[in-house]
This record gives sequence, C-alpha cells and structure tokens, in this order.
Amino acid sequence: MGVRFAFTGGREGWGRLLLTAVGVGLGVALLLLTAAIPNVLEKRDERAAARMLFTYTDREVSKGDNTLLAADATTTYREESVGGALLQPEGSRAPVPVGVDKLPGAGEMVVSPALKELLGSDEGKLLRDRLRYRVVGTIADTGLIGPAELLFYAGGEGLVLDPENSIVVRIDKFGSEDDGSSDSPLDPVLLLMVLVVFVVLLTPVAIFIAAAVRFGGERRDRRLAALRLIGSDSRMTRRIATGEALAGAVLGLCFGAGFFLIGRQLAADIELFEISVFPDYLNPSLGLAALVAVAVPAAAVLVTMLALRGVVIEPLGVVRTARPARRRLWWRLLLPLGGLAMLYPMIGNGRDNGEFNEYLVTGGVLLLLIGVTALLPWAVEVVVARLGSGSVSWQLAIRRLQLSSGTAARMVNGIAVAVAGAIALQMLFTGAEGEYTEYTKNDLTRAQMQFTVPEDVPLASAVGKFTETKGVRQVIAYSEGYVGERRKDSQLFSSVTVGDCASLREVATLPSCRDGDVFAIKGAADDDATAKLVELGRPLYLDPSDSGLPRSTEAAWTLPKDLKQAQPRMDPTGIERGGFLITPSALPAHAAPAVTGQLYLKLDESVPDVRDLVRNTAARIDPLVEPSLWASSQRSDEYENIRVGLFVGASCVLLLIGASLLVSQLEQLRERRKLLSALVAFGTRRRTLTMSVLWQTAVPVGLGLTLAAVVGITLGTVLLKMSDIPVSVDWMSVLSMTGVGALVVMGVTLLSLPPLVRMMRPEGLRTE
Amino acid sequence: MTPAGSLLAAHDLRKAYGPTNALDGAEFSIHPGEVVAVMGPSGSGKSTLLHCLAGIVTPDSGSILYDGREMATMNDAQRSALRRSEFGFVFQFGQLVPELTCVENVALPLRLNGTGRKDAERTALSWMERLEVDDLKAKRPGEVSGGQGQRVAVARALVTNPRVLFADEPTGALDSLNGERVMELLTEAARSANAAVVLVTHEARVAAYSDREIVVRDGRSRDMERIV
Amino acid sequence: MSIGHTLLGLLESGPRHGYDLKRAFDEKFGHDRPLHYGQVYSTMSRLLKNGLVEVDGIEAGGGPERKRYAITDAGITDVQRWLATPEAPEPYLQSTLYTKVVLALLTNRNASDILDTQRSEHLRMMRILTDRKRKGNLADQLICDHALFHLEADLRWLELTAARLDKLAEVVTR
Repeated sequence: MGVRFAFTGGREGWGRLLLTAVGVGLGVALLLLTAAIPNVLEKRDERAAARMLFTYTDREVSKGDNTLLAADATTTYREESVGGALLQPEGSRAPVPVGVDKLPGAGEMVVSPALKELLGSDEGKLLRDRLRYRVVGTIADTGLIGPAELLFYAGGEGLVLDPENSIVVRIDKFGSEDDGSSDSPLDPVLLLMVLVVFVVLLTPVAIFIAAAVRFGGERRDRRLAALRLIGSDSRMTRRIATGEALAGAVLGLCFGAGFFLIGRQLAADIELFEISVFPDYLNPSLGLAALVAVAVPAAAVLVTMLALRGVVIEPLGVVRTARPARRRLWWRLLLPLGGLAMLYPMIGNGRDNGEFNEYLVTGGVLLLLIGVTALLPWAVEVVVARLGSGSVSWQLAIRRLQLSSGTAARMVNGIAVAVAGAIALQMLFTGAEGEYTEYTKNDLTRAQMQFTVPEDVPLASAVGKFTETKGVRQVIAYSEGYVGERRKDSQLFSSVTVGDCASLREVATLPSCRDGDVFAIKGAADDDATAKLVELGRPLYLDPSDSGLPRSTEAAWTLPKDLKQAQPRMDPTGIERGGFLITPSALPAHAAPAVTGQLYLKLDESVPDVRDLVRNTAARIDPLVEPSLWASSQRSDEYENIRVGLFVGASCVLLLIGASLLVSQLEQLRERRKLLSALVAFGTRRRTLTMSVLWQTAVPVGLGLTLAAVVGITLGTVLLKMSDIPVSVDWMSVLSMTGVGALVVMGVTLLSLPPLVRMMRPEGLRTE
Repeated sequence: MTPAGSLLAAHDLRKAYGPTNALDGAEFSIHPGEVVAVMGPSGSGKSTLLHCLAGIVTPDSGSILYDGREMATMNDAQRSALRRSEFGFVFQFGQLVPELTCVENVALPLRLNGTGRKDAERTALSWMERLEVDDLKAKRPGEVSGGQGQRVAVARALVTNPRVLFADEPTGALDSLNGERVMELLTEAARSANAAVVLVTHEARVAAYSDREIVVRDGRSRDMERIV
Repeated sequence: MSIGHTLLGLLESGPRHGYDLKRAFDEKFGHDRPLHYGQVYSTMSRLLKNGLVEVDGIEAGGGPERKRYAITDAGITDVQRWLATPEAPEPYLQSTLYTKVVLALLTNRNASDILDTQRSEHLRMMRILTDRKRKGNLADQLICDHALFHLEADLRWLELTAARLDKLAEVVTR
C-alpha cells in the first residue's frame, strides 16, 4: 500500500520519489563499482600473466622449432609507458602471444588500437621515429589489459640469447608458469591506503543513502497523519511509511544499476594512472551485487523505522515525542576511542613488519569515522545551547538550531565524515609521497638522464650521437666497473670510473689531472674498500667473477706507482663516489671490456619533448636499452594524481551531500513561507533573513568541519604512525577540504536565495 | 483630495495580478486613533488594499500619503523602515516564529530596530502584561493556545508604539469568545496608544469594534460613512 | 414590509390591471402567502388618493372592476426613497429586504447599493450594542450578544444575497 502511495502521490510525490531514487541510485552505482573492483584486478592480473615474456624459472628451454627469442623493448613516450617486445621465431611452430594471429616478420610490428591511434596522430610523431617498424596488424582486446594500453610486438632480427641479463630470452610459450597473483604481495602501506580509501569513500555514501531515503520526511509524516485521520491505525501507517521507503530504495536500485551500466561504458574511455579497463571487467561479483541489492532496501526500511521511532503519528498531526532526552557523551566518545584502540596496536608497524590486520584497520577507521556522526549531534547541541545573543539573524538561526539540533547535525554528518576521511587520506598520501621520493637524490642541475652504453657500441660513437641530439647540452661520459682483490669471489669491492679529466672532475675534486693519471678517492662516505685495496699493493682484478655465474672479464690491473689522491664530491647521481678514477690512457687495453659506458646527459628542458628526442637517439643505438630518467619525484606525479583523484572524489561526495542539503533547506523554507512573508511585512530586512539562513547552515557545518578536521588529523596521524612515516599535518589539504565543505554551504545558501526571496513576497500572506 | 487631518490616505489605487485587477481605483483614509474596518467578500481585494496601504506591495498607480509623505515613490528599504518603526501587523496565523519564545517574538520588532536585547524584552514584557499574556513569556508559540498566540501577536504589533496597526483577519482562526477578547484588547490598546487601526475582516461582529467601515467590492472601495 | 411600495414598484415597469398586479406579486414575493384581491384594491385606492398612481383606463366587461393603474412621477420618487432607506436593524427583516432587492433588480436600480446601505445600518446598530456590551455587566452582555448574533445572521444573509445578485437578477427579470 505504501508502495502504491509512493507512486500515486501526485506530482509532488513523484518528485520526492525521483529524488530519493536518484540519490539512492548514485550511491548504489558507486557501491556496484566498488564491488566490481576485485574482479577488475583479477582480470587484469590474468591477462598480464597470460602474456608474460619472462618466467624466471630455472627451466632451460633449448632451441627448437617451437621456440622464439624475445626481448623486452618497453619504452617510455612522454609520461606514458609503451609496452613492447621484439620477437624472433626460431622455428615454424614458434609461440604466438595472445591477441595476435601471426608473429610479425622482421621490420614489422603489431600494435594495440590505442598505440595505433597514437602513432597515427600528430602527438605520436616522435614515437613513430622510434618504432620504425611497419604496422601489419592490431592486437585484439584479448591480448590487452585495458583498452587504452599502449603495446606492440615487433619482429626481431639478429637477437642473441643473453641469459645473464635476461635482456633476450628463449621461450616456448607466453605466459607465466604460476598464475602471477602470488608473486608480489601488495606493499602493506599501499594496502592500508586502499582499505582506508574504500572506507572513507563508502561511509559518506552510506550516510547519503540514509539521508536520501529520508528526503521529504516531514511532509511524509504529515501525509501519514492524514491517513490516520481516515482510519488507518498506527501499525498500518508505519507499514505504509516503510513501503514508501522501500519503493524509493528499489527504484533507486534500478537507477543505480542504470547509472552503473552507463558508467561501465564510459569506463572504457577513462584512463587513470595508465590503467584503463574494459567494460566487461566491471562485473561486480555476484555475491557483492546481491549484498548491495539486499542491503540497500533493508537499510532504507531500517532508517525509516528508526526515524519513525521518535515520532507519534496522530490523526491530527505529527507529534514528536516530547523533548528528546539530552544527548549523552559517553557512548558517543566510545566509538572513536574504540576505533583508536583498534588501530593503536599497529602503530609503528611500518612497511617492513608484514601486513596490517585488515579487519582491525577497516574496523578502526570505520569506528573513528562513525564516531564523527555520533559526536556531531552532541557537539551541535552543546555548542548551540551555549551560543548567546547576537544580531537578530543570529538569534533566529541559533534558536532554530536549539529546537532541532538533531536535524541540523544529521544534514552535516555526511560532509563531516567525508572531510575527516579525506583529510586523513591526504595526510597519509603526502607522508607516503615524501617517503618514496626521498630515494632519488640525483642532482638534477647536472644531469637529467642516464644511458648505459651497450657492450658492442663504442663509447665515443654513443657520445657523438647524443651530443648531436637536439636539446642535449652536455654529455658526461664514463666507463664504469668494479675492481676486487681476487679473480673470483672478491671480498673487497670498489668502483672504477674511467673518463677524461673534465668528466672526472664531475665526480671528485682533483688536485691536478693529466691523461694517464690514476686517482684513489679518499674518505668517501660508505667506502673503506678503496683504502684497503691500495694497502694490499698487489694486482687487482677488474670485473671479478662470482662462482655460480658465467665467467666475467677478470682483467688484471696493477695500481700505478704514482697513484694520486682525490677528494670526494657529490657526483651527478647524488652520491659521494668512492673508488678509483682512471684517465683513458691509463686503462690497459685488455681491461676495456671490464667497464661499461655510462653517459650522463644534461638536457635543455625548455626544448619540447627533449626526453623523447634522447630516447629516440638511444633507440637508434640499441632498441633494447632505454635511457633512464631522473626526476626528483618520480613518484610524485603518481601521488599527485591520487591526491587529485581523492580530492575530486571527496568533492563529488560533498556535492552529492550538498544537493541533499539544498533539498531539505528548500523544503524547510517552503514550510515557512507564510512566516517569512509575515516577517517581511513587519519590516524585517531581507538581509537579516538571508543571514539567518546562512547561519543556520554555517553553524552546524562549521562545527562539523572542525570536528572533521580534528578527527581527520587524528586518524591521519595514527595512519602515518602505523606506516612508520614521520607525522606532518598537511595543512593545505586540511584547508582545501574544509574549504570545499564551506563552499558547499555557501552554494547551498546561494541556491536557496532565489526561492527565499520569492517566498518573502507578500503573496505568501494571502490566506484565501 | 484626501480628507483633512487624515494620517493615512490612498487615492485611486490600482493593482493588477496578471489579468485580474485586485484594486481598481480604491480610496481610503484613516485618522489618528481611528479604527476602520475593511470589509468585503473573498477576493474583493481587501487584503491587497491592506498590503498597499502598509507598503508591503507597491500599487501600479495611485497615491498613498502617510503623514504627508508619498509612499508610492519610496524604495523597498524606506518602506521596510517605515513598517518597522511606524506600523504594526497582526495576521490570521503563522506569524510567530516557532523557535523563539513568546517574549522574544514580541521583542523582535524592537530588535529589528536596533534595540538591545534586554531593553527590548523588558518593553515586550510590559506589553504582554497589557494583553494578559505575560505568564507565557518563556513558552514557545507551539505551546500556547490560538487565542493566547494571537494576543502575543497583538503585543508584538504594538510593541514599537506604531501609529498605524494593520490587522488582517486577526480573529480568523479563533472561536467567537477568544476572537472577541482579542478584539477588545486590540482596540483598547490601540485607542489608549492613539494608534489608528486598519482592520480587514469579513466578520460583522469583528467589524463592530471599528468606528466605521469601508466596503471593497471588485477592487473598488466605498466609504460608507460618506455615503450615508 | 410595505405592500404599497411593492405594488408601486411593480407598476414601474408599465401599467397593469389590479388582477395582473396580484398575480405578479404572488409570483415574485407571495410564495406562501398570496395576496387577497381586497388587499390589492384597498392599497391601490390609498395610492390613488395620495396621487402615487393614476387610473390609466377601465376595461368594460364582466367581473369586478377592470381598472388599469399606472405609476405617477410622485410614485416613482416614493419607490426610490423607500429603496434607499435602510430598514431598522430588526430581526426577521429578510422578506422586506428581499422585496427591496428584487424590486431594485426589476426596476434596473443598483441592488448592491441597497445591501451596502443596509449593512452599514446594521453595523451602526452592532457598534452600539458592542459598546454597550463592553461597558455593561454580564446580563447586558448576554442580551447584547443575542441581538448581535441575530444582526450578524442578517448580515450574513445580506452578503450571501449580494454575492448572488447576478443569478437573482436572471431569475426575477425572466
């Protein structure tokens, strides 16, 4: 019967139902999306594993007509990674990767649709120069992890097996032996973040759903009173009310499914952190979907029952059962304290002490956040009761809040929880970001890219090619290697750097330098081997071998008599280099293979795409060796993205809540139109009324945001301590999140102004 | 044009809401201390006349002279200020702010005029005494009866010592006994304060508390005293 | 109520025989108490004597007198004066007021003026009673209230009639 009422309530009834359904629908869509995430991760893992080139097993594959030689040719274009491999079949039955019909011949390649598009566009001009293979086909979706993935397989030519460095391998099938899921457990801190993100984003959604079910609640109560008048008893009215809520929730489920399907299609066009997903990945696991389908209507009914608990619906109107009892503090404090207690044992765990207890983390965070919703009504009541006199607008607003602080608090709860969670997460991300980026200490003013010269390429020719490359200011070239005291299984290791005097001065302070000099760096940090090697005074061996591995160069080298001393200095890689410095003519010819050429490139970053120009040069030298890029915060981009994403997500949740705030605000105003007109009639300034509406929202929201900031910072601090990351409050994010909250309030007030002004017209006074 | 000595006088008022002419050349005048009933059937324009006279609505044409000043040319802020300081209002219902206590409601117009809270509430209480509702001061409007609430509203309308009191069906929601009590107190208080009362009503027994009546029909007014 | 004024008013629309007059009166005002012929003739002879009507002609032929009466200018003025004068606010005025309203409609006079004038008169009476009530003791109050409620009932009827004037005009002038 209630269901029928929900649908036949006239225009207004439809409006209310629609509002509830859209609200619930948005929440449901978000829940379904979340429910689909495990499936997405699984599918991506499966597909990634199915085309793995390297299996890291000890199984020796011997050459046959069913093998091929494969080399990883993954490269970076602009900021994106372009996956790729060179494949050279050794027989007619060579394996073919998933999604590819036929292996590309030498000089040919097959590409993913996204890469094809990129190569065909102006954007991809430089990449075309790098991948100079003829495109002979596309890789089918089954061979791709996501629709936006950039991937190519090119036909190899003259690849030589290189098991030592795993650059070129021989395989008889694609795909990893194991299923790939067990190999890299998620970084515990990352897992912590993922858990917290889920809890933080889903809690406000749940609160929003609860609020959406209550849309138009007061009107509904009055309508139910009318039903009582025509003879329905109080149990029937309750049943009708639940029926109505159920109707809204079920319709909301349908809407949610619709939103989800639309979102799923849109998902194909979205790429986040170089991750894109096929729509068919987004299949919520059946169990979770069923849980949503059952939990949402159940929650709707529950919320309605709870809301009606304090309301007696009498035939001639709604009676709220007397003045509600004063809110007690103790059990409200219990929730957040309980949350802290659950998190406390994990403090100092860090990333190295194994995983966090997922249940404790989830429970603790959840309790802390729900603690906000429990504390807020109490805080609003206590604070508002103590707020004293002020202007008329202030008085009007405060008195109203005193009369119904619960309603106000309920409206703000969602905002407070979202903001608290977002602040905590931002703190965690900012802390973690600092942690990760500390790894790179490279001095970016001296060099921005590094290139390891392949063994078969003469150093000078590589230097020449890079020097000619547009945007390269300076090429600092060394040959680097190691020296030990024994031919095999050395105990002492020291580094050897070969270069001309100018280059050597980049890594150490030299008293003087001529070609033919050899220096020992004295007193570099973490280097005591050099001094010991000098003391030994016997022939040393460059590039000594290790037992169990193929024999390496083992070039004997005697320290010259006139060994000079050098003082350490920070080298371009940001460390104090120790070991020996050798000018080119001082290196015996037989020792040349023992060292590897390393080029440090200083770039003119103002040249567009300078990095890709360098990469193209490198690809010309050897397509399998890519220069590495130094950036002070290689990960910061990624973290920046996560933070932006979080900010956007939290803002969306806030907007959603703002919409529900606006709805209840408008409803409240409509109920008071006569009063507003009367107030205007006896000369109340419109400004006074507007300000009172503003205060009425701003006071609870202000309180909510304050509480949210406190809880958020607490939670953030705890999470950082758990991750063993130094605690620092990210005031920017606190400010920005509370700022968004405040903006929502302003927006709601602003949007309710036109109706307010309309309602203040004298038409509202008409009684006829 | 306006009768000599009148405090508030309107001439040839016209006001249209869309296609319907709510006022179509209405006349009105009231002297200090006079109680004038505005009568007429529903939809005759009597409420519109009151709204125009009180400066809540601006007429499309015609003049309204209050104390020698032309109200039709005042801007919204000026008219609001006039309503705050010179006029008082009582409506049928829905005028007390439910979340304020009764004394705060009565004090509200004084507070709007910038009087401090303590002073305003002291004055308010003395008016509540005159209307015999001072025992309700700490109650909220939801907790008092209709008659009591209406008397609180009258106290609020008079608290600023207005020179004109506008009452739109002040007893409309009350039974006859309560209604008469409210009318008695209202007219007595108004007379003792020498306030003019514009009383819109369709009830003859309420109109009987007036000195004379004006009948509004189809947007035109008839001053019965001047005809008889 | 005044039968004389009523008959005079009926004559305003044109000369009529005595018999016609009675029929018109019965039809429009006499609902439950038809007029006697005798009443018509005695009234008419009084009006004749006062110069308010004149004999327009006599039809020969059987039956009682077949005189045709017409209203004089003095008669018209008399009707006008009567219509414009409010009745003393007494109980059970309806029939008189009703007659006045219908006559006004029949003679194309402004019927709502009659109602407004009457309401004003009623209110004047009610003010006096209200004032007396305010100053008097409980007995005075109760007596005054009785009168007030009756007057109020009259007024309500007046308002109702005023609201239905158009419809009434349609009916009576048919």
